[in-house]
Amino acid sequence: MEYFLIIISAIFVNNIVLAQFLGICPFLGVSNKLSTATGMSLAVCFVITLATLVTYLLNMYLLVPLKIEFLQTIAFILVIAALVQMVEIVLKKVSPALYQALGIFLPLITTNCAVLGVAITVVTKEFAFVPGGTLNLAQALVYAVATALGYGLAMIIFAGIREHLALSDVPKAFKGVPIALISVGILALAFMGFSGIV
Amino acid sequence: MVLCLGVTCLLCSAILGVAYAVTEAPIREAAAAKTARSIGEVLPSFTSVEEITESFDQIGEVTYFKAMADDKVIGYAIRSTAVGFGGPLTLLVGVTADGVVYNTSVLSHSETPGLGAKCTSDKKFMEQWKGLDPSVAELSVKKDGGSIDAITASTITSRAYTKAVAGAIEAFRAISGTSSVLGPAVDIDISGIDLSGIITDDDAVVPAIILQ
Amino acid sequence: MNKNLKLIGDGLVKNNPTFVLLLGMCPTLATTTSAINGMSMGLATLFVLVLSNMAISAISPLVPDKVHIPVYIVVIATFVTLLQFLMQAFTPAMYETLGLFIPLIVVNCIVLGRAEAFANKNGVIASACDGLGVGLGFTLALTVLGLVREILGSGSAFGFNFIGGHDGMLAFVMAPGAFLCLGYLLVLFNKIFKK
Repeated sequence: MEYFLIIISAIFVNNIVLAQFLGICPFLGVSNKLSTATGMSLAVCFVITLATLVTYLLNMYLLVPLKIEFLQTIAFILVIAALVQMVEIVLKKVSPALYQALGIFLPLITTNCAVLGVAITVVTKEFAFVPGGTLNLAQALVYAVATALGYGLAMIIFAGIREHLALSDVPKAFKGVPIALISVGILALAFMGFSGIV
Repeated sequence: MVLCLGVTCLLCSAILGVAYAVTEAPIREAAAAKTARSIGEVLPSFTSVEEITESFDQIGEVTYFKAMADDKVIGYAIRSTAVGFGGPLTLLVGVTADGVVYNTSVLSHSETPGLGAKCTSDKKFMEQWKGLDPSVAELSVKKDGGSIDAITASTITSRAYTKAVAGAIEAFRAISGTSSVLGPAVDIDISGIDLSGIITDDDAVVPAIILQ
Repeated sequence: MNKNLKLIGDGLVKNNPTFVLLLGMCPTLATTTSAINGMSMGLATLFVLVLSNMAISAISPLVPDKVHIPVYIVVIATFVTLLQFLMQAFTPAMYETLGLFIPLIVVNCIVLGRAEAFANKNGVIASACDGLGVGLGFTLALTVLGLVREILGSGSAFGFNFIGGHDGMLAFVMAPGAFLCLGYLLVLFNKIFKK
């Protein structure tokens, strides 16, 4: 049951972009075309899941036992940066096709605050519907995947909207980011309808 | 190259280690001051306070603060959490030794600003908990047939708040042992109860079972 | 001296990180529920920006090109953690309000962006001024956005309520209002400064 709640909560109710404001820069940056938006979503999904797994274990088995939780921020960002580099190298060797598809997005992901945001959230935040409040490893992973799916959902919906926006005649001062932000605002308004269901 | 990165990491960790050692005491003081302030809000004046985490069969683990004055327990400040609209709603509920709620205070919440978040500012809602006697009042909002006035347009938050207070009362009962310590002398009206079969003629004492 | 003053002025308007460069959107949108919150987030970023700019311009000649990004990130993360300690100790209430977005200053593209674009090829003092200018520009933008949202959403300004016991338009304090307000502020900025 709590897995179901975690998934619904992370995708719809507390959507990472539309309710938590994480990962906005790439959200606005690469949502011009549906195809790049899909590629970016996949890359983010991959990295968020992997990074959450590694940072969760790092926190549990290294930082907490050694009582150096105060190094959390610095340790997490280093791990994420190294991980992204590694994924890039491995992908290049193992699956050139996938690398072609995701490659250009990977360096951008290190500074995507969604990744660090989720990594910190799963080890610090208290969840009302989880017994004991804090997530265990399996729940943390489910949360990470669901959050990434929510990211993908928002990104793909928005890229669809933007492809239409590009064809419409908007006033000069609204062109580009302003009209995009206003559209996201309306999208966020729609997603507010989900609040309170979990 | 690796050396440079390694040296930077070591140096930065060292700086942070020192900074942590320096700021650790003020951080702990700030946290302790906050807790002390919240306890002061929800209980009448006391001389000493003790933090206790205890586990009970039915309600699980409870964290509470036992406040003493002149070697007498004057009350407990009990941490209690319920699910609100936006996430966990954690309260500190002060219950005096006679089982009456003295005051409540919100420790943390993630309710909607301007709606549910009013549980920390709405005077009418906050005042009604003071002096609330759980043995008389029905602990649920009026919409559900209870005696608590909900915050306008924030029934879910009000329900969660009420549930958290009820949880604290339950914890209080567990902490103080039996329900008999709830009030000093409880007048029991036995005139309407059919006592035949329970009490024989020469039974002078009412068995404790009836009280439950 | 004049050159340094110009650097500060540039950061405020010409290179304003929010309205012109469109960087650091996440904290901009998330923490501007009131003018005070926006200003605090801006000042927190300013603190990290000035110190990391200075540190990076001082060490950049020693850092090999290949590892400069990880080294910069470590330096920035150090200052962010320092900021976390200080806020926890001296302004715990504000630390709780801003929450996750304090550690996330590490991945704020403004900070790394200034390190890459300015601090690693300029002197310590010029870098400090650049950090100050950009930080002030960010603080200004966040305060303005926070003020607009607070006035519309809660009917108050800097905590001072002027509509009595009534409710504001709550949507502006919540997520959608952040996007809408920033969108319209950008339109206004474009109209005034970009002909």
